[in-house]
Amino acid sequence: MESFYLGVSIFLCSLVLICLYRVVFGPTIIDRIVSVGAIGTKTLIVLVLMGFIYKRIEMFLDIIMVYAFLNFIGTLAAAKYFEGRGEI
Amino acid sequence: MEIIKIISIVFVLIGCFFFATGTIGLIRFPDFYSRMHATGKGDTLAVLISLMGIALYHIFYHGAVLDSIKLIVIAVFVFLANPTATHAISRAAFRCGVKPWTREENK
Repeated sequence: MESFYLGVSIFLCSLVLICLYRVVFGPTIIDRIVSVGAIGTKTLIVLVLMGFIYKRIEMFLDIIMVYAFLNFIGTLAAAKYFEGRGEI
Repeated sequence: MEIIKIISIVFVLIGCFFFATGTIGLIRFPDFYSRMHATGKGDTLAVLISLMGIALYHIFYHGAVLDSIKLIVIAVFVFLANPTATHAISRAAFRCGVKPWTREENK
């Protein structure tokens, strides 16, 4: 099962590399923010799988929870900032 | 016990499929709102299904109930938070005046 998790992790890391295209060449700045949010969501799953590969899931779970909170709050803060500024 | 393993692997593979479709949508769709539609829905469902599959395997093979409950809590949090963030940033873009994409002959 560890080798399956490792293959899924490599697949998700390749998807993160594809998402980086939109971060670098995004037309507007909101595209970049959304892409960083999508990369954070994929990183969540990769962290879970890394926790199972290293057999330290009880330590990784708190890190995963904090990562999910920070991903959500970062996107929300960017949304509030652009809504207050009134232009892109 | 072997059937639990197969179900878990199938769940994780379905999650990978939805991640891949969300990423293809993020790259290929023409404007900001449709890109947000692809990632906002696809990634949310993919996280829910993947974490459910992983927790199912973990609770049957390792017997760690508390860790599986924490995984389900993380999945429910992402299931609530990800559409909220999508809605917030989409509303911010709409109020900033980002125009939705239309076909060229309709302009």
